Formats: sequence, structure tokens, C-alpha cells
Amino acid sequence: MRCDQCHERDAVVHLTQIAEDQVVTVHLCERCAAEKGVESAASLGKTPVGAFLASMGKGLDPAAVLPGITPGGACPTCHATLTDFRESGRLGCSDCYRTFEGALRDLLRRLHGSSRHLGERYQPPGEAAPAALPTSDQLREQLRLAVETENFELAAELRDRLRVAEGGV
Amino acid sequence: MIDLSLLPDGGLTWLDASGPASHLVLSTRIRLARNLAPHPYALRATLGDREGILTDVQAAARETVSLRKAHLFRVDRLPLEDRQLLHERHLVSKELAGLGDPAVVRPGAALLVQDRVGVMLNEEDHLRLQGFRSGFDLDAAYQQVDRVDSELGQRLPFAFHPEFGYLTSCPTNVGTGLRASVLIHLPGLVLTKEISKVLQGLAQVGLTFRGLYGEGSEVVGNFFQLSNQTTLGKSERELLDHLGKMVRQVIEYEEQARQVLLRDVPTIIEDKVWRAYGLLRHARTLSFEETMNLLSGVRLGVGLGLVDQVGLYALNKLLVHTQPAHLAQHEGVGATDPELNVRRARFVRALLEDEAGRRGATP
Repeated sequence: MRCDQCHERDAVVHLTQIAEDQVVTVHLCERCAAEKGVESAASLGKTPVGAFLASMGKGLDPAAVLPGITPGGACPTCHATLTDFRESGRLGCSDCYRTFEGALRDLLRRLHGSSRHLGERYQPPGEAAPAALPTSDQLREQLRLAVETENFELAAELRDRLRVAEGGV
Repeated sequence: MIDLSLLPDGGLTWLDASGPASHLVLSTRIRLARNLAPHPYALRATLGDREGILTDVQAAARETVSLRKAHLFRVDRLPLEDRQLLHERHLVSKELAGLGDPAVVRPGAALLVQDRVGVMLNEEDHLRLQGFRSGFDLDAAYQQVDRVDSELGQRLPFAFHPEFGYLTSCPTNVGTGLRASVLIHLPGLVLTKEISKVLQGLAQVGLTFRGLYGEGSEVVGNFFQLSNQTTLGKSERELLDHLGKMVRQVIEYEEQARQVLLRDVPTIIEDKVWRAYGLLRHARTLSFEETMNLLSGVRLGVGLGLVDQVGLYALNKLLVHTQPAHLAQHEGVGATDPELNVRRARFVRALLEDEAGRRGATP
């Protein structure tokens, strides 16, 4: 399907608008959509995620910004990098969530308003106890990294969680 | 051609108009996104990974109650018209059917379906568990899909992070992986021009709307799919309760809008409804879009008690069977058949005539 605006590129954004009592759908290519300031589910994968990650790494070595990242900035399991994620909006594998944990935590907060799963906890086959929450030691280590990288928003949350984990107020 | 009659009621039990608030809500659907920890996600999965996922999930499904007798469709091996058929039946997403952009079927794309639950395999996530119900019934739909989740989760290693929850290919689905959608018909709000206000209101409380076929689809026939936008930071119960509360509110607004229309402009509404019925009953050529819009008018008439020549189930059947791939299959022609609009009009006339005769009403 061609873009309704430029009639050249393929439409990737389908914007449904209601004008009078008519429901109208406009089909736009990414460039024309961006010019109109439209963000949609189709562009969601790229735009906020990409912009956010770009700002995260601006002028800094990603290894210094993101705790736990390997020197080359690639996931040790699937070799995906943050650049790959920025381009596709998709992670490479489950270990990417550990490799890019710091950046993803911030991203998840922006997308969902929280990074903390409060739903059902999964018990993997053959395991007696449900997957555990981070221990106080792990939280303390994350807090240290957050302070070192001047991620104070994260540090504040980790401090609160540490208090809860240690039975404080 | 695939034989959907192998499925109980052709995989359409969710459309039988038997559920709560069926005059407004066609169906309730809940999906849970899950991935298998050892395999890379869709973009990086090899052919071996994809086949391995299929084998593992099939083996696990055979040991469950929910999916023991499930029928497997290898979507990646089906011709275009069959994939369209599954998509029109709302059993697979546009992406799994290879009808998205780009229009490519992913290797290993498959569907397991049994009664009112299903699993899409090798979609954007390794597994997309689904539960469908007729009408507005979030609890029952969740109960079904939750059971599939527990049964498969006991046998397969789902990717789960202690803080982030269930891990998904796209961070927008992380956490519960839950997306609940309610397919609702809102002609009253469209006619009273209140609809944009309502939809804006929903966006402000974290809900989103889509067209008849889900993500990226257009709104046709005044059918809207209302669903939760976020998946993390709230429990499954909280997400469902919130959506349920808002949908009940929308239902109330729609009922009010209909009463306003009947009170203030009864002649206009009656005329609209009967014109729609008359056209469907007598037209000699009907495009899909026109059919959807006319069905919307008649559905409103049935809901208001103005039309008793046709029932909701028949209208739902028309909604499904006048879609291009369904109609082409019924008529034994290709989806690009030049006479498809003529065939559609004939199909609609026959069904409505039969329905009116059965109900003993005079047109």
C-alpha cells in the first residue's frame, strides 16, 4: 500500500481518525508520518526506543553507561547489540534482558510506568521454589553501579527496594 | 484448501452470540506472549530453532488437557488463500499469516487450536497463547488461557526475569505478556459523534483501540477492539479489572447514545436501519466494506428491537462469511474472482431470506 501523502513510499503507519461521524484511516510512510508528528504502534518499535537508547549512549561508551554490558556491547548469547535493538525495536534473546538490564529498566519504566512485574510468578519445570526476587546483595551491587554511572533515578528506586528487602520502612 | 470443519464449529464458537452483552460485544480475546528460554527470539532464530520450538511445544501440548486434541496448522506451508482464511477467522494474526508488511510467512509459523484456545507458534514471540469467548467475558477467557499457560509452563522453560517478568521480543509486551481485547460494536457513539471523546478518554486511562482485525487494521462497520496498552507493573487481575471496568462504562455510554437517538431522531434511525436491511436483502452487488457498514446498521436495528427478521448469530455469520477469502472458498473461486461482489450479494440475500423465513417474519 502506497503512502497517501507522497504516493511514493510504502505506507507503514495506519492512522485512524474520527472526523464528524466518519471514521477515516490515513496510510502514511514513515517519513510523512514523522513530518506530521504521528507516532503509532508501527513506529513504536523504532521511535521512542531508538531515541531513548540514542540519548542513553550519547557521547559515552555504552559499556560505561549500561551495567553488565560486555566490552563490545553485544549480548554474549545471541551477539545482538544496542544498535540492532535500536534499528529493529526487538531484542535478540532472553539474555539480552540481562546484558542490557540497566537501559531496559529505564525503557520499561517509560513504556509501562514501571519496570516491576507484579503478575503471576513463573515456576520453571523441575524447580521447587518460584523464581526469586533479587537478594539484598544483588540489589546493593545494582545500587553501587547505578550511583557510579550517575543514574540517580534508578539509584533511588534501588535504595527503596533494598529497604523493603531488608525489612526496613 | 484446508478443512476448517475439522475444528468444532469451524473454530467459530467464540462468535455464536451466546455470551454476555452479545448485542454489543462480539468477542473477548486474551493472549499471553511467551518465549522459550534457550532459543533466540524471532529475528535471530535459525530454522533449527524454529523447528525445535514446534517439536517441543507439540510434544508438551499432547500431555495437556487444554491442547491434547489440538489441531495443528503449518501456516508456513499453506497457500495464500488458506492463510487469509485463518486470519479472517481471527485465529492467527496478520503477521503469522504472512499478510503484514513485508508479506512474508516466517518458517515454522504454525497454529495449534482446540475449542476456544489456541497457540500461535513462531510469531513475534515463540508462543502466543490465546483464549476466545463469545460476548463480553474477560474472566472466562482468562481462565482458559491461564490454564494453557500453566499446563505448558510446567513442561517448557518459559523465559522469565525476576524483576521484569515474562520476557518478550518487544519490550512493549514484557511482564504479564497479556493483551486482552474486547471487540465491540459502537454505532450509537459514532452517530451521536461522541466516539472520539470516548476513545480519547480511553487513551488517557491506558487503553487503546484497533480495528476489526487487530493491530494496524482499519475500523470498519463501527467495530472497535478495545485493549490494554501496558503489560507491566500491574497484575493480570488488575489489568483485566481495569479493562473490564472501562468496557462496562463504554457499554453504558453506547446504550445511552442509542436511547438519545431513539428519543430525538427516531425516524432517521429507523430509516437508516431499514435502508441497510433493504439493501442487504435486495442488492445485486456488494463490496466487502459496504456489506460491513450495512451489517452495522442492521445490527443496530436488532439491538434496538426494530428488526426481528434476523438474529445476532446470523449477522455474526454474515460478518465472517462475506469476507473475501471465506466467500471465495464458499463459492469455489479465487480471491480475485471478478464476480466476487455479485456472489457476495447473492450469498447475503439467500441467508437473509432463509433467516426471515425461519423466524416467520415478513420483510
